[in-house]
Amino acid sequence: MSQGSGSMRTPIGRVRGLGAAHSGTKDFFRQRLTALAMLLLFIPALVVVMMLLGRNHAAAVQILGSPLVAVIMILFIIASAWHMKLGMQVVIEDYVHDEKLKLAAIIANTFFSAAVGLASIYAIIKLSSGV
Amino acid sequence: MTVSTNRPLSPFMTYRWTLTMAMSFVHRATGVALYVGTLLMAWWLIAAASGPAAYGAIQGFTASWIGRLILLGYTWALLHHMLGGLRHFVWDLGYGFGAAEREWITRATLIGSITLTVVIWVIAYAAGGAR
Repeated sequence: MSQGSGSMRTPIGRVRGLGAAHSGTKDFFRQRLTALAMLLLFIPALVVVMMLLGRNHAAAVQILGSPLVAVIMILFIIASAWHMKLGMQVVIEDYVHDEKLKLAAIIANTFFSAAVGLASIYAIIKLSSGV
Repeated sequence: MTVSTNRPLSPFMTYRWTLTMAMSFVHRATGVALYVGTLLMAWWLIAAASGPAAYGAIQGFTASWIGRLILLGYTWALLHHMLGGLRHFVWDLGYGFGAAEREWITRATLIGSITLTVVIWVIAYAAGGAR
């Protein structure tokens, strides 16, 4: 960026909304917000996985479809899909320097994260409403 | 022209592989691995929502040696990334930057992740094997 000494922009104006993501520290904060959410959900989600080990399909459907388990799983999926989208975007912004390729990679990353997240949530909702 | 022998070197030339650097890289690498690993989570949930045949297929895969190896790697990556995230929370809050502190906290994430992986798998085999 070329900011000459004769620029009319104030320092705060230069800082605000800039950075590789063009959105300031919003993504930085959400990365940590979703991390905290997963930290709180880790033990409940681990218990769910432990409950499912060695059980057949009928038992798995019953466990995953019960309201408390379904809510824990959906919250965990939302936090993880969002977190991984933000995380991979940082990796892309760090390593992909070609602007067009970077934009394409960020779009692909958003689509992938949304697809994985929504497919998983759909599965939980389907299990909850009785297959 | 004589060249001074004690002038500053470029950071590139003074870099040596430190534990904090290695763990910074591992944090990113485990994040990318977990990103890909969400496909396994989506497959598992969609299989449960699809029916006994699809669920049997993923159970067959996770029971195979390659499936177990991937799940073991996934467990460690998740725990290491989670503990690494906790370490970053500490640093984000402005603590743990001292020379000794940053070394032990980094060591603790590595030892902690390996220990917790073993503990969780022992519990998993005890819980799953009993059914």
